[in-house]
Amino acid sequence: MIPYPPLNEALELASDWPQLLAQAQRLANSFSLGGHGRRRAGTGDVFWQFRQAQVGDSLRAIDWRRSARADDQFVRENEWQVAQSVQFWVDCSASMLFASKGSSKHLRAATLALAVAVLLSDAGEKVGSSDGLLPAKVGRAQIPALAQVFSRISDNDFGTPQSDDLKPHSLAVFVSDFFGDFAKLERAVTSAADQQITGALLMVLDPQEVNFPFAGRTLFESMSGRLRYESQKADGLRAKYRSALQDRQAALASLAQSVGWQFQCHTTDQPASAGLMWLYQALEYRR
Amino acid sequence: MSIFGALGFSTPWLLLGLVALPILWVLLRAVPPAPTRRRFPGVALLLRLKEDDLQTDKTPWWLLLLRALVVASLIIGLAGPVLNPAPMGENGSDLLVVMEGSWADAPDWAAQKQEALRVAGQAGISGRKVAFLQLTAPGSAVVFSAASLAQRQIQTAEPKAWLPEGDVIGLIAELGSFDSYWMASPLDWPGRAKLVSELLAHGELRVSLSQTPTMGLLPITVTAQGVEVHVSRLSAGQATQVRVDLVGLDPSGVERRLQSVPLTFEAHALVASQASEVPQEMRNRISRVVLAGYRSAAAVRLVDDRIKRPEIAILSGEIAGREGLTLLSPDHYLTQALAPVADLINGTLEDVLLADPDTIVLADVAKIGAKTAMVDWVSQGGTLVRFAGPRLAAQSFNSKEDDPLLPVRLRAGGRTVGGAMSWGAPKTLQAFEVDTPFFGLPTPDEVIVTAQVLAEPGPDLAAHVIARLSDGTPLVTRKTLGQGQVVLFHITANADWSNLPISGLFVSMLERLSVIGSYGDFKQQALAGTTWQLVRDLDGFGTLKTVGDRAGVDGQVLAASRITAETPAGVYQGGERRWARNILAQDSVFTSATWLGAVQLVGQAMARPKMLGAGFLSAVLVLLVVDILATLWIVGKLRGRVVGALACFLMAGLTTEDVVAQTAEARAIQATRNVVLAYVKTGDLGQDEISHAGLTGLSLALNQRTSIEPVSPMGLALGTDELAFYPFIYWPITLGQSRPNADELRKLNRYIKGGGMILFDTRDSEIAQYGESTKEGRLLQEIAAGLNVPPIAPISQDHVLTRSFYLLQEFPGRSSRGTVWVEAPQSLGEEIEGMPFRNLNDGVTPVVIGGNDWAAAWAVDLAGQPLLPVGRGLSGKRQREIALRFGINLIMHVLTGNYKSDQVHVPELLKRLGE
Repeated sequence: MIPYPPLNEALELASDWPQLLAQAQRLANSFSLGGHGRRRAGTGDVFWQFRQAQVGDSLRAIDWRRSARADDQFVRENEWQVAQSVQFWVDCSASMLFASKGSSKHLRAATLALAVAVLLSDAGEKVGSSDGLLPAKVGRAQIPALAQVFSRISDNDFGTPQSDDLKPHSLAVFVSDFFGDFAKLERAVTSAADQQITGALLMVLDPQEVNFPFAGRTLFESMSGRLRYESQKADGLRAKYRSALQDRQAALASLAQSVGWQFQCHTTDQPASAGLMWLYQALEYRR
Repeated sequence: MSIFGALGFSTPWLLLGLVALPILWVLLRAVPPAPTRRRFPGVALLLRLKEDDLQTDKTPWWLLLLRALVVASLIIGLAGPVLNPAPMGENGSDLLVVMEGSWADAPDWAAQKQEALRVAGQAGISGRKVAFLQLTAPGSAVVFSAASLAQRQIQTAEPKAWLPEGDVIGLIAELGSFDSYWMASPLDWPGRAKLVSELLAHGELRVSLSQTPTMGLLPITVTAQGVEVHVSRLSAGQATQVRVDLVGLDPSGVERRLQSVPLTFEAHALVASQASEVPQEMRNRISRVVLAGYRSAAAVRLVDDRIKRPEIAILSGEIAGREGLTLLSPDHYLTQALAPVADLINGTLEDVLLADPDTIVLADVAKIGAKTAMVDWVSQGGTLVRFAGPRLAAQSFNSKEDDPLLPVRLRAGGRTVGGAMSWGAPKTLQAFEVDTPFFGLPTPDEVIVTAQVLAEPGPDLAAHVIARLSDGTPLVTRKTLGQGQVVLFHITANADWSNLPISGLFVSMLERLSVIGSYGDFKQQALAGTTWQLVRDLDGFGTLKTVGDRAGVDGQVLAASRITAETPAGVYQGGERRWARNILAQDSVFTSATWLGAVQLVGQAMARPKMLGAGFLSAVLVLLVVDILATLWIVGKLRGRVVGALACFLMAGLTTEDVVAQTAEARAIQATRNVVLAYVKTGDLGQDEISHAGLTGLSLALNQRTSIEPVSPMGLALGTDELAFYPFIYWPITLGQSRPNADELRKLNRYIKGGGMILFDTRDSEIAQYGESTKEGRLLQEIAAGLNVPPIAPISQDHVLTRSFYLLQEFPGRSSRGTVWVEAPQSLGEEIEGMPFRNLNDGVTPVVIGGNDWAAAWAVDLAGQPLLPVGRGLSGKRQREIALRFGINLIMHVLTGNYKSDQVHVPELLKRLGE
């Protein structure tokens, strides 16, 4: 028997966002990467280079101390630090609450998203939620707010990302099991791509959802119980299910590829850091 | 009930359900096991899938088999399987339970009865009407009614000492159809075959054959040396040994076994005989002969007078020495007649009287020397038989007074009739009159009398005459004298005057006068005209019972009749004589009963029916549990919680131990954190409650008055609790408590050695006074025997207990009389001038023993009020107070040891300081 907590219990559990926060923080702290400057001059706080003053530079821009050491006038340039907006969508539908063992998919998804958010926010990026509830902003204060957003469990079986409120030219991270309507997802992703948004799709699955270790006559129910499927011989269904899952993954991968997004599948029995690593690099590359 | 071999079924049609098993098989295969419900988000992907293999998941064959077994067991269990079923028809008709109830059934009676009860009960359960018929005691009608009624009848039925008559056929001929169950003995009896065919005509007949061998005692033969016993049995085949006991009164008048005669049946013999030497004197005391170990009327032979050999002294007036004239001797025929059946005594009259014979025969003796002695002997029950003769005839009688040793007054001379010198023909005998002892005896014509002595006519002559000649003159006269009788034959004892003494009638007459016992059985002829009344009868088990007044039975009828309900076996009384009628006659032969083929024979020794239904149904339950587990296992639910629950269930026993350990730990902490007074739990709840209340009261007093602040007391189980935590243990002795075992004794000894104190309270000082020991006291001695208790002595007036807190001189509890014992002082300290106390004890007494029921005096209820009354009024109050003070002193003593004893030095110290 798979122990799964009733929905309201799961809601309580998930709403315990400080725990989520702490977990994400811990994960992020364990994660150390190099600098994330844009490697060119621009607006920013970090010194980048001195260059000779050119026509058009305002007097105020001239760094007098450096200019005093030489004949030319130098302008101090800081490294260009553009705050990129990264907007997260973590699937908070009921299906994400499923956990055959250990943590639920939702917890893992939220943890990963939040950990990345912590890292990005530390790097000076703006983080926010994709549904417009939490506009992308700079600063650590975003993180708890984000955690709160991730903890809002919805009643629906499956979730669909909202892409209408995404900021153009930003990054988007969709974390879900992607068991929902594929057409809607496709629409959301392509409309996002139309707004020059790149991003990553992270599929979080439970090991049971990958392996399908069932046998005998089984009545499968969705988390809310709205969807049912009765199998007379579940073990005979395994291969079919797996190929269906692979089809879905392939569809997601090709969708991501078509719009230049990244796609990865992560299972809850894998270490969270692996998911974080991938997610961060996917964003790093795009940023 | 239908029967298959040793297995039967009470409702066999239910077995048809077994036919449905294959259907069940198919159904179970068709209906898949209930689906497992699973929450599974991947269902979204599944929705688009289609199962191509719509074949249901099969129930595994072994589960199918299990379930088939469950159903099969259920069906069989409900069909009422019976192992070794009682073979009784189940066609619903009425049941007649037949018991023969004869003496042949008596040895087996209990088993037969039980069998009958069982059969009746079983029929009752299946709703059949039952009637009971005992063939030896058939009622007035056979009525089918509730089984319980028949069972009651069976309960009260007793075997009779006769064989069944065939006359019950009339009772059952008119009844409709019914089945019969017959508890039969192996013995055949007249009319049995007819009854069998009659019962078969009404319905099924089953016969439960008794397996007990049938045996019986044949008549005893009396030999010169003793007796010879004969035992007959029904079936030969095996050499057996039996024992026959001769039972009678011993010299002190108590009935007991006088002698045992072992008999051996040869393998093929039906009769075993054994002669046994029995002294004459003992033989006469034999009242019955019993076949040992065989409880039946046939195994008991009542003995009447016939076995006795009376002692008869024959004295004649003839001067001995007339050789060659034996046949003329007056006592020759008497001797011939009596010698085979009696022991004859010879000698002078004086000698003979000393031997105290049953009968003295005087043949023509006129002058009796020891006349007074003779009269005395007759008065004490002797029978004097006199014969006339020339001497008696020549005797001149004093007409004034009667001779006490003659029944009538005789005329001098005599009378000769029909002789050569006389007129008339010799006289024959007149038929015996009705109320004479000889009534019924034939009077043969060839018996003639040629001479006689004549009686003096008188008003009472006729009353004394018991036999007359044809002319009405007396031939035999008789009169009673005290308890005895005097009989006079008016003829000679030889053939001189009459040929009566040489006729068979003479012997019969002597028999009738009970001068001699009769040979063998009573001859029908010899019994004519006698009337016999049953005084004691035999029941079927062979027990003699006194009967009430019964109508007399004519001797001839009695002799001709078999042993029946009207003329049962037993002791009959006819005048002076006793007649024992026994079951078996000399010529009795046992015949085995044979049964028709239509009769179904059932051995009683067969295995009893055993109901198997319950077993099958329990098996169903067990199998169902297995099925549940198996089903759970198949659908994969036999995991986690279920296993956990099972484990919990199995571990329940272990966990209780855990709990005990935990509480023991808590107790130890509780006991060691504070001073705790303890008491031994006696197992007597009332006493334990009082002990608790008592120590609570004492603890309260200590808290109020002293610096000792005990918390609430604890009860100790010696076996499990650690004693070392408690400074003081109160041990009330109750009769119900168990003696401490070796382990507990070791524990107690360690406790005593470690400085603990036990207050033994026998609570018996009210009754144990003046050195009386009570049961409690003895129990205490028993307990203390195993303890290393030092020598004890009654508490002395200056013992430290008298002053450890309060100054006390008595130690009452609820009673105040008992002596209190403590450890004896090791040395009798000397009294020191100026010191009130001797220095006696250097230590705490390990035991205090008394019987004043202190706990009851200390006991308080929850409100702190005294629980039990002590004494009366103010003095009672005072007594309770002193009791509490004793308790306080005791605890002080326990906790402070001899500290107070040291105080005796204070005056001395003060004196020194002063100096």
